[in-house]
Amino acid sequence: MIDWQPLLLSFKLAVVTTVILLIISIPLAYWLSKGKSNFKLILQTIVSLPLVLPPSVLGFYMLLAFSPNYFLGNFLKTYFDLRLVFTFNGLVVASVIYSLPFMIQPLISGFHAVPSSLTDAAFSLGKNKWQTLYRVQLPNMKPFIYSATVLSFAHVIGEFGVVLMIGGNIPGETKLASIAIYDEVQSMNYSTANIYSVILLCISFTILLSVHFINRKLQKK
Amino acid sequence: MLDIHIIKKLHTSIGLADMNISLSIQQGEITGIQGESGAGKTTLLKIIAGLTDVDNGHIKVEDTYWLNTEKKLFVPPQKRNIGFVFQDYALFPNMTVEENLQFAVDTKAKESKIVIEELLEFMELQNLRKKNTHQLSGGQKQRTAIARALVRKPKLLLLDEPFSSLDNETRSKMQDLILSAHKKYNLTTLIVSHHLPDIFKMSNTVVVIKNGQIQKQGTPIDILPDKKISGKFQFMGEILNIRQEDFIYIISVLIGNNIIQVVATEKEAVGLSAGDSVIISSKAFNPIIVKSK
Repeated sequence: MIDWQPLLLSFKLAVVTTVILLIISIPLAYWLSKGKSNFKLILQTIVSLPLVLPPSVLGFYMLLAFSPNYFLGNFLKTYFDLRLVFTFNGLVVASVIYSLPFMIQPLISGFHAVPSSLTDAAFSLGKNKWQTLYRVQLPNMKPFIYSATVLSFAHVIGEFGVVLMIGGNIPGETKLASIAIYDEVQSMNYSTANIYSVILLCISFTILLSVHFINRKLQKK
Repeated sequence: MLDIHIIKKLHTSIGLADMNISLSIQQGEITGIQGESGAGKTTLLKIIAGLTDVDNGHIKVEDTYWLNTEKKLFVPPQKRNIGFVFQDYALFPNMTVEENLQFAVDTKAKESKIVIEELLEFMELQNLRKKNTHQLSGGQKQRTAIARALVRKPKLLLLDEPFSSLDNETRSKMQDLILSAHKKYNLTTLIVSHHLPDIFKMSNTVVVIKNGQIQKQGTPIDILPDKKISGKFQFMGEILNIRQEDFIYIISVLIGNNIIQVVATEKEAVGLSAGDSVIISSKAFNPIIVKSK
């Protein structure tokens, strides 16, 4: 019998991370999609860095940043009693940073895809920016929101390098499914590794299938 | 009613140009703004609506300023109470026809329900109220957009190229509908079009804009290219076709909904071709007048 805990932990991490990402990414993408200042260009580049950076590089710097021996880690520990290295909370923070571009990029495209005349029309009908966002922009960029959510979720499930650096391999706390596979392979338990892998493969396939299915349905509408 | 003086850098078809427009618009009038695409017509409407900013200038409505760059004053579009009909209609795809109208009012107050019902009826949209906007034809979309723009009872109605994507029959019906809405709701109306005949029959004043500057301004007859005509009857139309019969030419001209055939000599017909805008005038010594059925 396999240990289900790593799978459940991966799932929990993905849910928590995706919810946090949605909350911070919608306003951030809204702001980034408007105007063309150089500052926004630089910020967008920083946000996109995890797309091209080796996960181990990112994990290494986050490990240093979160470590109590350095400023940020020390600050969090002293004032908030928060330890981010080798904890689930640390995994959440790392995953949010690592998966941010997967959420932000589709959302920015979504904001660009809604014609500006729609927002202009909402303004001329007396609606403020918040009402326009909530009632006009977001409902008309649903395919982008679905893609962003599902891709971020799948990306968190699949991440390995960053979580290994930040979380290590503590059962029930930071031992995720992807790490469990690595662990089982190292212990020569190929059959267990295979079961984890098949499950992850099926989840990933189902997630991608649902994205394509939903997008096709929304496009037909 | 509306006093506009604005300066703005504009990206036009010939590159960067200075938009510099001073315009006075009378209460209750229909003003047609004509110009090539890229002349700054839509930009002007957006500036009036507060959707585009200017470098310098002011917009004064009755006694209040909507915009005054000297005093750093800017009334946001939400507070200007303008009805804006966009060139692409800008109907919200996630809402039905009725919901598009309801979006414009704050509450589901009894009064707003009455206004919406009245507009649905006026714009002949009752049977379409539950339809999604992508199921509508061009004319139906346009009627929905106009109805939506009128829900908040604006004093000023801005229409951006309202006829450009309509066929001739719908176009003529839409012109009548806009005229009757203009009268019924006591509007001051601005219509932008690149096509002079569209606004010719509707406007009290026509303003011709080129590269961000006002080129001509006056009554529709005043701004016509040839003012020497002294005819009592004068219509503007579009040539549909020219055909030669023996020594004369027969030119079919579309005026409103009617096709009129005009006989022309070779000298007159030279230089004319299908699609040209023309003026047909006649000295009417003894017109026959009968009551229409």
